Amino acid sequence: MKPLFAHLHYYDPRVYQISILSTLLIYGLFFLDFDVNPWAIILIPSTAILTQYAYHRYLSLPIFDAKSPLISALSLCLLLRTNSITLLLLAPIITISSKFLFRWREKHLFNPTNFGLVTLLLLTEQIWVSPGQWGNGTLLALLFAGLGSWVIYQANRADITLAFLIFYAIILFGRASWLGDPLTIPLHQLQSGALLLFAFFMLSDPKTTPDSRAGRLLFALLVALGAAFVQFWLYRTNGLLWSLAFFSLLTPIIDRLLPNQPYQWPIHKEK
Amino acid sequence: MKHSLWAVLLLIYYSNVHSFCGFYVAKADTQLFNKASQVVIVRQDDKTVLTMANDFKGDPQEFAIVIPVPTFIEEGQIHIGDKQIINHLDNYTAPRLVEYFDDDPCRVYLREAGPAMSAAPKSESSDMIRSKKNSHGVTIEAEYTIGEYDILILSAQQSDGLEQWLIENDYKIPKKANQVLDSYIRQNVRFFVAKVNLTEHSKLGFSYLRPIQVAYESPKFILPIRLGTLNADGDQELFIYTLTQKGRVETTNYRNVKLPSNMELPLFIKKEFPDFYRALFEEQVRKQSMRAVFLEYAWDMNWCDPCAADPLSVEELQELGVFWLRDRRPDNWAELDVFVTRLHLRYNADTFPEDLIFQETSDRENFQGRYIVRHPWEGKETCDEAKQYRQQLGVRYEGEARRLADLTGWDIQKIRQKMKIPEEGTPDSKTWWQRLWHRN
Repeated sequence: MKPLFAHLHYYDPRVYQISILSTLLIYGLFFLDFDVNPWAIILIPSTAILTQYAYHRYLSLPIFDAKSPLISALSLCLLLRTNSITLLLLAPIITISSKFLFRWREKHLFNPTNFGLVTLLLLTEQIWVSPGQWGNGTLLALLFAGLGSWVIYQANRADITLAFLIFYAIILFGRASWLGDPLTIPLHQLQSGALLLFAFFMLSDPKTTPDSRAGRLLFALLVALGAAFVQFWLYRTNGLLWSLAFFSLLTPIIDRLLPNQPYQWPIHKEK
Repeated sequence: MKHSLWAVLLLIYYSNVHSFCGFYVAKADTQLFNKASQVVIVRQDDKTVLTMANDFKGDPQEFAIVIPVPTFIEEGQIHIGDKQIINHLDNYTAPRLVEYFDDDPCRVYLREAGPAMSAAPKSESSDMIRSKKNSHGVTIEAEYTIGEYDILILSAQQSDGLEQWLIENDYKIPKKANQVLDSYIRQNVRFFVAKVNLTEHSKLGFSYLRPIQVAYESPKFILPIRLGTLNADGDQELFIYTLTQKGRVETTNYRNVKLPSNMELPLFIKKEFPDFYRALFEEQVRKQSMRAVFLEYAWDMNWCDPCAADPLSVEELQELGVFWLRDRRPDNWAELDVFVTRLHLRYNADTFPEDLIFQETSDRENFQGRYIVRHPWEGKETCDEAKQYRQQLGVRYEGEARRLADLTGWDIQKIRQKMKIPEEGTPDSKTWWQRLWHRN
């Protein structure tokens, strides 16, 4: 299938991602009353970009690009909640540093935002993630799906998102049918804005997921199982985040078993 | 509140919390709502104390309740609570009305600081018969009387058996209960049932049924609401108070919405504050398509401002199950580490298909449902400022009328009539050019 906007194909998908994440943030702030500390909107992006720049200078990298840290920063703004100014500064530093500290071949091991959130959840009692903040509106679900698929289509990683959502839906419907629950329950669980945001914008990160299609499908299955385990077995929140962080450790093994060329952002390809 | 915060962005963000003042005039407690249940959840780590109160008004003989608990419980884990303490908690956390009086615009003086905070005031079982019976695959683990209740702790392997047993023992079970009971049993949920022991009830002499408390330890931070949605008698009203150490509690599987708050409203609201709050809640529920859980109060238990009631005493909190205060001595005046969250929802099986799942956040930002009426200054106009002030009142009244209409869904024309302001929607009867050139 040809992309809908074929002439835009040469542009960096991260530009779309930035505009869509910004739109979601504005929508969340003004229509869903997100409980975001106003400082966060200023401190997180600026600290993220500065951190990236510092690593760029320190490691004498050829091209400085603010797009990646901006994407991580916008994701942090959407997910991270805290009343501590210190943590608003620390979160983007940890997030961006993870890209430079945990490297393997030409990839980084963790999705940066995921790593930042999980680390702070583990180390401090001062942050939280509000999975309920998006509500369960069907329209919103469609909006997410539409916008998100555009991004992943550009990034050629639609397979992992789709596979994950299918696996996760199978788990939810399977559980409901085993418990004899009405279908409204798994449907309610699937209409979660947090789930869609995770699938479209965090899991789809081409720099941290396995290189081969088979690897990505396996990875999607593991993450779905892990998330369900945390939610329905351990009865803890943020199952998606914990699961992704845990299975990211297995990406090098998956890539060794099922190898392929690592992903390059289009801008690098042209060079 | 966030919108107004954004308007002034960073400057006052951390200064607004302690500056509420104004005179407290009225509150809107839970008795305004029919069929309202109240639940208090005390939780730290995985230890939970759940207190359930409902406004059952019928014949005590008719009262029977099936309570799902996430884990196995024993006799000593069930306790009877004190309704007065829940009423106190309700009053302490209720949405409130405050009033201000405009100053004489001709006088200039510095504003006084807010009123001092109130300090916490002072305030204020059972025969056991062991038996183990088994019928329909339902084992009675314990059977005893506590307070005015006959309690049976059950363990069931199959929902058919449980449903059959409940029906045979005169428990009224909604039609589709079997499905929900089956789902709960597969999730290792345990049940206990309570009926009123009429002899004990009349001996104790309470005109109402006291709340039932259960203490358990489980990672599940949930409130089972599915059995309640099966009753076909319309939407249910639920108030949840949580008492935790770290901070505000929110639902993770439903959207949390802060009730619109801190707004100036027409003066006549003072006389009909309960009606206003009921209409406000109704309208907000409608706007969110009955799919949101509303935050009505989130506050550090050490204080309040303005106080709709004094904060709860250490004894009252202990009685509600705040177990980390157990060893606290009465002469210890150090701050209490108790944070209260009040959530309010209206629900039915369509809009709230799943049980409520909660998480405790580290958010300690205070929030309250607070509404303001401001009395105009009524003295003589002795300066230009006074004339200007009078002219601006019209704009203010119109703003208040629109705000009230938006919040409650009330007809704006009727609001204007009640406020005795012009109906056509202009702030006063003058045209814009009259206001421009004929200021006097």
